[in-house]
Amino acid sequence: MSKATSPRVRSLLRREAVARIITGAALALVVAVVFAIFGYIIYRGAGSISWEFIFGSPKDRMTQGGIWPAIAGTLWLVGLTALFSLPVGIATGIYLSEFSNGSPFARFLHVAIANMAGIPSVIYGLFGYAAFSIALGFQKSILAMGLTLACVTLPVVITSTEEALKQLPMELRRASLALGATKWRTTYRIVVPTALPGIITGAILGLSRAAGETAPILFTGVAFFAATPTSVTQPSMALPYHLYIMATQPTVPAPKIVWGTALVLVGMLSIISALAATWRSRRRRKLTW
Amino acid sequence: MSRAADVTARALITLLAFTAIAILASICVFLVQSAMKSMGEVGLLSMLKGTSWYPTSDPAEFGFLPSELGSFWVTLVALLLSVPLGVAAAVYLSEFARPVVKEFGKTIIEFMAAVPSVVFGLIGLYIVVPLIKTSFHLDSGLTGLSAGLIVGIVCLPTIISISEDALRSVPDDLRRGSLALGSTRWQTAVKIILPAASSGIFAAVMLGLGRAIGETMVVLMLAGNAGILPSSPFMAARTLTGTIAQETGEVMHGGLHYSALFTMGLVLFAWTFVINLFADVILDRQKKKWS
Repeated sequence: MSKATSPRVRSLLRREAVARIITGAALALVVAVVFAIFGYIIYRGAGSISWEFIFGSPKDRMTQGGIWPAIAGTLWLVGLTALFSLPVGIATGIYLSEFSNGSPFARFLHVAIANMAGIPSVIYGLFGYAAFSIALGFQKSILAMGLTLACVTLPVVITSTEEALKQLPMELRRASLALGATKWRTTYRIVVPTALPGIITGAILGLSRAAGETAPILFTGVAFFAATPTSVTQPSMALPYHLYIMATQPTVPAPKIVWGTALVLVGMLSIISALAATWRSRRRRKLTW
Repeated sequence: MSRAADVTARALITLLAFTAIAILASICVFLVQSAMKSMGEVGLLSMLKGTSWYPTSDPAEFGFLPSELGSFWVTLVALLLSVPLGVAAAVYLSEFARPVVKEFGKTIIEFMAAVPSVVFGLIGLYIVVPLIKTSFHLDSGLTGLSAGLIVGIVCLPTIISISEDALRSVPDDLRRGSLALGSTRWQTAVKIILPAASSGIFAAVMLGLGRAIGETMVVLMLAGNAGILPSSPFMAARTLTGTIAQETGEVMHGGLHYSALFTMGLVLFAWTFVINLFADVILDRQKKKWS
């Protein structure tokens, strides 16, 4: 600092330094919490991971053995959720970005979607139970759970599809239309393929959120113990519920199973989201407008 | 041919766009329909104001107040932790951080948002609960405070990323103007940027609030789920979400208890609906202001 700086300026600069440290510390704390959580899960869970743990069935009143039925259950749920939510979600995203032209209905739809995203997951559980398990008669089944999770995932898929499409430059659409292509042909031959990485990444992020949800499946068919599923009409196990029920067991706590399950769940979700995010940023760098 | 395809595809896509609306409408319909029985027999107001929740005794009592108070304490603790921490982190990210740090911080926060809440609950059970128990000499660490602290962490990604969006959406001209007049970065942040982004930050807090009220698994695992009226966050508490999650699986379909749980769901839904709508309106206005 030069001699010319007045006490007032010095005090301002000091204040700035303090503010920088305080806000920086806030960010550092958040980042440290995330690292601590991941580190702790790996530290506690790594010892449990083995071939038998991943591909075996639970044994000795769930205190030993593996978690394959829960992994398989979660995979079935994610598959069904994708089947129900992706076509509808992507179509709605396309509608909002390409066909709505800012109509009042589109504005209304935006509000509805923002609200759907904010509805507590346990409300989806109540709705899924009343609508899919009881009213439609699917009872407690993978089908009822998959439909419920599809409702939870839908707003995420819609929003990310719309965002991905809106990022494309208008010239791309105009060029295609000028060559005589119809609006729909432009959309499915030009707009959607170009925006596909963004759409797929959004879908993957939405589905990985569905894979980690517990509350929506509590009443619609998740089981404490069930065999590896063979059809969508059965109840099934699921990783997040297995984690919850094993962690809160009053009688026989099995920390090895609990932390192993946590590591498998978090590991699966993180690897998938990291791959999706990397792929998207690579594709983005390749394409420049 | 091509024109026919165009018309069909357009119609189909428009039709599918109605699905989201249809789902939202059916959520309302199913909640209201299942809640009717208890609203008729017990009355909405007497449930909202009732101080005891003994759904299985005879006569059964369906007072929501223990759950409402529990939700209040958990949410209060969560917001006291996450709002200052989250907004400060967002200010650093948007105003001070170098690009590398910024990119890194945002990636970490994205990862944080992808962690399922049941995993946060597990961490709380093994780390926060024993810590609260020993530091406050309580009989049990399963309290509103423990749940609130973890719920606060769960809300952080929402609050940080939406606040950061709001701060970043303030045009750079404002920053440059202020810096050119000789203000420090911090003066610019406090006197120019934060006021300009205030409505967006307020919306971020509202969305965090919605997230906190709606958080289920963390509360189910950490709050203790006692039936008493909690007079402080140091007591075991049950929340609206926790009560629904714990009891709906066990009740008889179509009974009064079942219906009362749906009324509770409806109350929760109404709260989050209003909060989200409010946040949405504010965000929309903010977007229009700077574009």
